[in-house]
Amino acid sequence: MLCDICGKNPATVHLTEIIDEQMNELHLCEDCARNKSAAMEQQFGLSDLLAGMADFEKPSTEKEEAVTIKCPSCGLTYADFKKIGRLGCGECYNVFRKYLAPLLKRIHGSNQHLGKTPLKVKTTSRVYKKKADLQELKNQLQEAIQREAFEEAARLRDIIKGIESKPR
Amino acid sequence: MRYGISNRVKIGKDDQNMQINDLLNHTSEWLKGTGPNSDIVISSRIRLARNLNKFPFPNWADKAQLDEVVSTAVKAMANVDLLKKSTLFELANLDSIDKQFLVERHLMSIEHTQKTEHKAVLVSEEEIISVMINEEDHLRIQLMQSGFNLFEAWNIINTVDDALAKLLDYAFLPDFGYLTACPTNIGTGMRGSVMLHLPALVMSRQIERVLAAIAKLSFTTRGLYGEGTQASGNFFQISNQVSLGHSENEIIENINGLIRQIIEQETQAREIMLSKNREVLEDRINRSLGILKSARIITSQETIELLSMIRLGNDLGMIKDIDRRTINELFIITQPAHLQKLENKKLSSQERDLKRAELIRKKLNLL
Repeated sequence: MLCDICGKNPATVHLTEIIDEQMNELHLCEDCARNKSAAMEQQFGLSDLLAGMADFEKPSTEKEEAVTIKCPSCGLTYADFKKIGRLGCGECYNVFRKYLAPLLKRIHGSNQHLGKTPLKVKTTSRVYKKKADLQELKNQLQEAIQREAFEEAARLRDIIKGIESKPR
Repeated sequence: MRYGISNRVKIGKDDQNMQINDLLNHTSEWLKGTGPNSDIVISSRIRLARNLNKFPFPNWADKAQLDEVVSTAVKAMANVDLLKKSTLFELANLDSIDKQFLVERHLMSIEHTQKTEHKAVLVSEEEIISVMINEEDHLRIQLMQSGFNLFEAWNIINTVDDALAKLLDYAFLPDFGYLTACPTNIGTGMRGSVMLHLPALVMSRQIERVLAAIAKLSFTTRGLYGEGTQASGNFFQISNQVSLGHSENEIIENINGLIRQIIEQETQAREIMLSKNREVLEDRINRSLGILKSARIITSQETIELLSMIRLGNDLGMIKDIDRRTINELFIITQPAHLQKLENKKLSSQERDLKRAELIRKKLNLL
């Protein structure tokens, strides 16, 4: 008996597939069987979990708005990201920053990079670091508002104002 | 010479088969069975995920962009000292056995063997460093060391990464760090993994407790071949899950702290077994050796399980005439693609079971 998929090699793996109560017998060679099992394993994966995590904290109006945002650099929409669980390019992280920052916090417990910086970036500007600090403060502010910790929020707001009003 | 790179990196369709055979005749550096705690720790691995600025991530890029990523990356890598004597394999040129062969040697992931157009893997001399091009990210740089050695692995891979960063524009943001296709890898883009051999914890049924504790600390446990594979032969690969919000050194320190504790538990479990059940253990180890030395038909699963016992016997001084390197090597060369490369032909699984038993007998009875 030859393999049902490639029709070239002898079938050595015999598989019974049940889809919607329909039973289907497959006779495959080793290679095709391996490919098939890999394809099956990939059907439910990390991307599904991520996609689920990607939007459960936003109010619904904002959710709708998010879905239509498109990365101008690669054309990926937030809806695409939710479907495939992968971003399209580096610029996506800037475009979807508002939605990704809380997601990253949930995955990693933080959304602030503390590791190394590529030498080129380090030497080109100090403004980068400043911008990063400011972003972190803004994230903390958002979080404080969500927790209704208004005293802390006011303190953070003043710090941010102070930084932003200073000339670079 | 499709990617038109310097002749320091060997490349070309015709001699890829020869280059695979070169690998076959060598023992990978990480299999040497040396390095700190090499009785319990097989290997330490660090991988960095890196992407090129201005190019869509592989999953979202078109063919021309993917091709440009390969040629840009290869050109840069040809100018990095530690990568100069490397071999580049274009995945589309390899047959299924060759691809599986590279997976069995831990030079690339199973994921990299699928949809192979515009994918490549660069393998450095001695197989210390490998770089997957256009896997989930543009570059997945990986370094493997024998024994418990994450910091040394980090030092080398950090040098390679710095050298590449001078030649390539990495996708990077100061607050999010190195940008990756999947948000789970962002920040340092680093995953540190340690492969452990924990037979005593498995036999004394303490492993479930240990694994549960690991999961709570946001580390992951996997089998021999990474994501989605089952633990077999008492081998467990433990790695960090969190890549953002900690420095690389902190992440490694955290993994090291955890691994030290597991090593201690395994050592204790081995001591208890030796003092309470020495005969039972000696019996099991020697029976395993007996089967390996005389079996005529053996599956790879049974081989891994029995070799695990031989490795334990060697660690405990019960088996003295077989060295750790030979045992480590047997784990790899008895895998399906390795067997087929050694025989130089396609073998059915029944044929492999025969050849595997023959190979093991030859290796063990010669000693």
